[in-house]
Amino acid sequence: MVEKKYKTAPLKSWDKAKEIRLNIYKEIAEAKSKGKVLLGGGAESLIALPTGFDYAMLVGEPYGAAISYLAKSDPDEYMKYVEASEHAGYPRDLCAYMRNYIGSILRDKYVFGGPFPKIDFYLQAGFCDTHSKWYQAVSDITGRPYFSLDLVPFDWEIEGESEKTKDLKRKYIVDQIHEAIAWMEKQTGREFNDETFIQGVLNECESTSLWAKVCIANRAIPAPLDEKTMLSLYVLAVIGRPRNDVVEFYRELLDEVEDRVANQIAANPYETARIITDSQPPWFALDLFRLLETYGVVSVGAHYTFGLSGGWEYDEENKTWEAGKTPQEKGVEVKTRDEAANVLADWWLRTGTVCRGVRHSGAGKIQRIMDMVDRWKVDGAIVHLNRGCEGTSLGQMDIVSSLLERGLPTMTYEGNHADPREYDENRTFARIESFMETMGLKQLYEFKKGE
Amino acid sequence: MAEMEEQTIEYWRWDEGNWKNPDMDFKDAEILTAGIDVGSVSSQAVIMADGELFAYGNTRSGYNSRDSASNVMNMALEAVPGLKLEDIHYVVGTGYGRVRVPFANKAITEIACHARGANYMYGPKVRTIMDMGGQDLKAISCDERGKVLNFVMNEKCAAGTGRGMEVMADLLKVPIQKVGEMSFQVEKEPPPVSTTCVLFAKTEALGLLKNGWSVPKVLAAYCSAMAHRIYGVVKTVDVKKEFVITGGCAKNSGIINRLEKELGFEIYKDTKVDTQLAGAIGAALFGKALYEKSKKK
Repeated sequence: MVEKKYKTAPLKSWDKAKEIRLNIYKEIAEAKSKGKVLLGGGAESLIALPTGFDYAMLVGEPYGAAISYLAKSDPDEYMKYVEASEHAGYPRDLCAYMRNYIGSILRDKYVFGGPFPKIDFYLQAGFCDTHSKWYQAVSDITGRPYFSLDLVPFDWEIEGESEKTKDLKRKYIVDQIHEAIAWMEKQTGREFNDETFIQGVLNECESTSLWAKVCIANRAIPAPLDEKTMLSLYVLAVIGRPRNDVVEFYRELLDEVEDRVANQIAANPYETARIITDSQPPWFALDLFRLLETYGVVSVGAHYTFGLSGGWEYDEENKTWEAGKTPQEKGVEVKTRDEAANVLADWWLRTGTVCRGVRHSGAGKIQRIMDMVDRWKVDGAIVHLNRGCEGTSLGQMDIVSSLLERGLPTMTYEGNHADPREYDENRTFARIESFMETMGLKQLYEFKKGE
Repeated sequence: MAEMEEQTIEYWRWDEGNWKNPDMDFKDAEILTAGIDVGSVSSQAVIMADGELFAYGNTRSGYNSRDSASNVMNMALEAVPGLKLEDIHYVVGTGYGRVRVPFANKAITEIACHARGANYMYGPKVRTIMDMGGQDLKAISCDERGKVLNFVMNEKCAAGTGRGMEVMADLLKVPIQKVGEMSFQVEKEPPPVSTTCVLFAKTEALGLLKNGWSVPKVLAAYCSAMAHRIYGVVKTVDVKKEFVITGGCAKNSGIINRLEKELGFEIYKDTKVDTQLAGAIGAALFGKALYEKSKKK
């Protein structure tokens, strides 16, 4: 038996994370009966925007992922969702989350039980072309109204975008936020509460900044968290970052993770090597992280895992990204709707690295990933060539070339984050096992599927 | 009638069968191991006696990996009267269906097994291996012990793989064993066809035939395209001149010759062992090492 290098311990915050997630999905199911506004939209839809109402929001991507997870436990049931979508004419090369979501509407089946929730309206920021079309299609199917915000993120910092352009982009979003609020009031017949909106915006900034700090804590050796666990933790910010309980959760999580760092409590007691991944994982096949563990390998994160819920601010002096400073930390007072709109627009344009990566790939995204390799002390990379997401797969082969040129062991595998028909476990595992061998790693214990 | 008969000929069908080393007797061996390579297109079972190639079976894979493994193992055993599966001390499964070999003691990836098998077939000089399988292309760097140092694989597509060549043999009605030789019956090397997708290549080949190209010219264009695609994969590893090819496509001189031109050096071909057996041989050798290790405990 190989000796363990570090002590390890279960994450205390784990149960709370599960509880909050469950509560959010329960609130969605019960929203109408409790007189709440219920809306649908994507994860990067400036989800603090509807916080001026007593509301619940079904965020599409994690919901699509939850459906794909069925492929593991009940493949026949999963197929009913994709078949419903594909029979309606949504082909396999479209966003896999979207196809699962549309299948759920067409089947009138909520994956957590009961019929698909009756959404009042859809709200989506156009950071991804497919996402904009997703809710347009859903609006056509359901007859529910749809508001699309055109979100053009700032360029990557190394592109040298002028302050004037940034101001114009910021103003463009702020104008649309005001327009969206007026539109939502008209759709719901309810008054928008500026006080709860301001709090929602501040919460959104704080949740995402806290998540970035949690990711930064993972620079430590041994890493206190592995990516498989992080994927269950980041999702709270994806679906509920403007919520008070989510902010409170991330504060507690950060305390716990920093405590693990201070006490050298490891995610993987062997930590033989540290890797990063790229793009969403195949949600129905997270076993691949378990396979890595048997070699003592810890995946310390990904541009995606760090960025979708993370608020990252560029540090010009050190040419790196650190957790974004929140308005509260900067001492900025937010008292009016317009001030909150400006803060929200600025925050997303400036600190949203994933929405930037989806729009502008190239050298900026490569620099971001190289920065992760350096600062998270990474020994290798596994790139999921994700056929289900046009946004996060943008520029992946350029990233692979850059990593290889740098001399970092890098492997690819093909798959789809939410459609198991495009993922081949045998082939992927063969690649991973061979990749481990090329990294000079030996399997420390037997991999047992499903553990 | 003659036309119907022609349609039933399977031009893609490569040579299947079994073999036993006539100079060896399994009863003399201390350790008998087997390697079962269940690939997406073909399956091989190799039996090794004290680390030497003793017998094998080689056949087409069916849709069920378990059945393919059992069938090919039975095929190998049939070549050796008196030898039973229970007589074999250790079995290693490899290839796409490696985890579904019902009688295997362990599964090992085909990348590791091909490297180990090539080391056996060509000796410790080998440093770069190109495995041209049914649906995979693998470029492997290895050390003098056949240990994998680096590898690159193609992504999902049959273009440039054995299955792609089978499709082309059927389309052009040329027995697959003759494709390489026939592809040289051209006055001038034509430009390669598409390797983006095997279906695109097939469509392009049909178009070329309609435009009056001869069958050898189309074959030359396809072999050239395969060589180019293989080169595209292999150049991403640290290519050394101690270069060998494993897998069924290694038997196609039309590809090998053109690949040599792209590489700028001659590929080692000095082995008497069927190149399709490399993965199963490597698996059987791993089996021997694992069996010996288990006995030491």
